[in-house]
Amino acid sequence: MRTDDLVAMLATGVEAVAPGAAMRRCAMALGWGVLGAAALMVVLLEVRHDLAAAVLLPMFWIKLAFVAGLVAASLLAVLRLSRPGLRLAWVPGALAAPVLAMWLLAGSVLMRADAPQRVQMFFGETWASCPFLVALLSAPAFVALLWAMRGLAPTRLRLAGAAAGFLSGAIGALVYSLHCPEMEAPFLGFWYLAGMLIPTAVGALLGPRLLRW
Amino acid sequence: MQRMEETDRLNPGEERLRQLLMRGLAGDAPAYHGFLQELSAHLRAFLRKRLARLPDEVEDLVQESLLAIHNQRHTYDAGQPLTAWVHAIAKYKLIDLLRRRARRDLLTDPLDDEFDLASSVATEAAEAHRDLHKLLEQLPDRQRLPIIHMKLEGLSAAEAAQVTGMSESAVKVGVHRGLKVLAAMIRGDA
Repeated sequence: MRTDDLVAMLATGVEAVAPGAAMRRCAMALGWGVLGAAALMVVLLEVRHDLAAAVLLPMFWIKLAFVAGLVAASLLAVLRLSRPGLRLAWVPGALAAPVLAMWLLAGSVLMRADAPQRVQMFFGETWASCPFLVALLSAPAFVALLWAMRGLAPTRLRLAGAAAGFLSGAIGALVYSLHCPEMEAPFLGFWYLAGMLIPTAVGALLGPRLLRW
Repeated sequence: MQRMEETDRLNPGEERLRQLLMRGLAGDAPAYHGFLQELSAHLRAFLRKRLARLPDEVEDLVQESLLAIHNQRHTYDAGQPLTAWVHAIAKYKLIDLLRRRARRDLLTDPLDDEFDLASSVATEAAEAHRDLHKLLEQLPDRQRLPIIHMKLEGLSAAEAAQVTGMSESAVKVGVHRGLKVLAAMIRGDA
């Protein structure tokens, strides 16, 4: 087929594209991811019993803000990496900011604590299960986001897969934080982040294979 | 992002070309035809410069890029420079081609066609080597027939539905999916 014929073929009877189709696809994936994580959490884990008391503590909101900040920044990364020719620009900085803030907070509380307290602050009660439960809750969003990205056009596949993985991890952590009783900054800055990095690594691994177009 | 600022713009009429694309995205077929037509000349120049050692691959890659641009046209953001979007897609397809070749060359002799004097020197629009017609024939009927009737014979969706006995929406889905499968066949995935 000559190129001119291909051009004519592609243009013939071309359908209008609904504006915002790309955004809608991501929004839908996000919605399914959050719903799926919430359903998994309610069925497998359950909401923390002292939630009513916890919402009165500043640390509860700091924890939520930490995770929500990561959701927002990684969502931006996903949106930009899903479309050709958009730069990440300041997005990596926005992604690093909540982590650095949490680490600063963790450093300051660890400095003021004595040795046995420090161990307690870092490991809490649930360090062994936390990262895996975050990763588990991220699974619905992971699948939904990779599906959404497959319908778009990422050009840096490994990075795009990692970003989708991190976003799903952050969504998992957001929902998990309604179950998890841990409130210490050193715990959150390490184990929550570790949980989010599990789907990130899986995404980076699968991206080149699953996102090719 | 330490990538260099892309210097070669879609020469003079980027804004005009963008207007054609925007009208095409709204369903204006003649405008979209004009857009693709002009774009193919630009892509040819862009890829020829970057594929100087593989002149025979240029036209195939122009076609593959055009198909990719068409299939992913919903990812163009109206506020974004058209050049950045087009070049990102063309580069992505270029790198994909080089990877495919590298993989294939691992299995065969890597040194045969690099300096082949007989390989044709690209003049204007060189012939494509891959025949998309042949690939089209391999599509299943539910995709092949809608593409033939709507995209090659120029029937409307309603007319194509009548000819094929498919529903109108199935015809539209068949065109859409078929062109994606065509792209997958080219890169060797389907």
